[in-house]
Amino acid sequence: MTDLAIIAAISIFTAGITVSFGAIGPALGEGKAASTALGAIAQQPDAAATLSRTLFVSLAMIESTAIYCFVVAMILLFANPFWNAALSAAQATGG
Amino acid sequence: MELTPDTSIVFTLGPIAINATIFNTWLIMAALVGVSMLVTRNLRPDVPPNRWRTMLEVIVNGIVSQIAEVTERRDPRILYFVGTLFLFIVTANVLTVIPGFATPTASLSTTAALALSVLIAVPMFGVGSRGVGGYLKSYIEPSIVMLPFNIIGEFSRGISLAIRLYGNVMSGAVIAAILLSVAPFFFPVLMDMLGLLTGVIQAYIFAILATVYISSATAEAPATDTPETAKDTP
Repeated sequence: MTDLAIIAAISIFTAGITVSFGAIGPALGEGKAASTALGAIAQQPDAAATLSRTLFVSLAMIESTAIYCFVVAMILLFANPFWNAALSAAQATGG
Repeated sequence: MELTPDTSIVFTLGPIAINATIFNTWLIMAALVGVSMLVTRNLRPDVPPNRWRTMLEVIVNGIVSQIAEVTERRDPRILYFVGTLFLFIVTANVLTVIPGFATPTASLSTTAALALSVLIAVPMFGVGSRGVGGYLKSYIEPSIVMLPFNIIGEFSRGISLAIRLYGNVMSGAVIAAILLSVAPFFFPVLMDMLGLLTGVIQAYIFAILATVYISSATAEAPATDTPETAKDTP
């Protein structure tokens, strides 16, 4: 395998691994947060406005870890910093 | 595939290349300022409010009430700062439905600039309400051991603000572009509708987090609750 093929294969594989493992933690956390907030709303329906606002903010904060993983995966797939360097090196050696 | 609108040049102004991010930011700024000036042009008590003015009042009153729920301080400067951030981000995110309009919040440069302005505004509000010594003392608040962690936390919250907004808006655009090549015509529309929802929620969250950071920097420590520090909360 050439250097470019190795870089492409590892990048794609790592992007998939990044998104899949990065989604596990936030998914569990968001489920726990949502179920707790629903339980709290069921106990105190008067506080539903405050609870749902806090729930939205905390869901977005939990979700941001998944978004970081997604950004890393997108960088690996579409803006890979090693790809251009390897490409120019291959072109320089290949003619 | 374009990950950011930074690379597409609209026109060059002498030696400076104006890319789509800067140009669309100017467009949104012009739209916000122009609409606000047009609506508030006849702002006199004897003129009955028309529907545009009522809409603007609803928006501003909503922002005021949301800020009042988060922070107890009645500081109008928080409204100016956070309200401007919210209006800019929500306009930029909603305008993603226009085809061909590369929204500036899908660029890490814009979101980093917005997060940097929050990062600078937090110490300014803190120093303004507690003084330089009082603000710097909050960094060693539980003990001196927490000093590096507090400093790291200050920077990491700025980075997370920037990357959260960028990632959400950019992921909507990228997923729509990928779906356009896989299953055109129907699913991209659904994802764009979802992108509208996430865009508005992310704008709300950016503004709420900025408010929370500012109010936590300006909050009085319970131990130093003297009449002198309490007098600047009207």
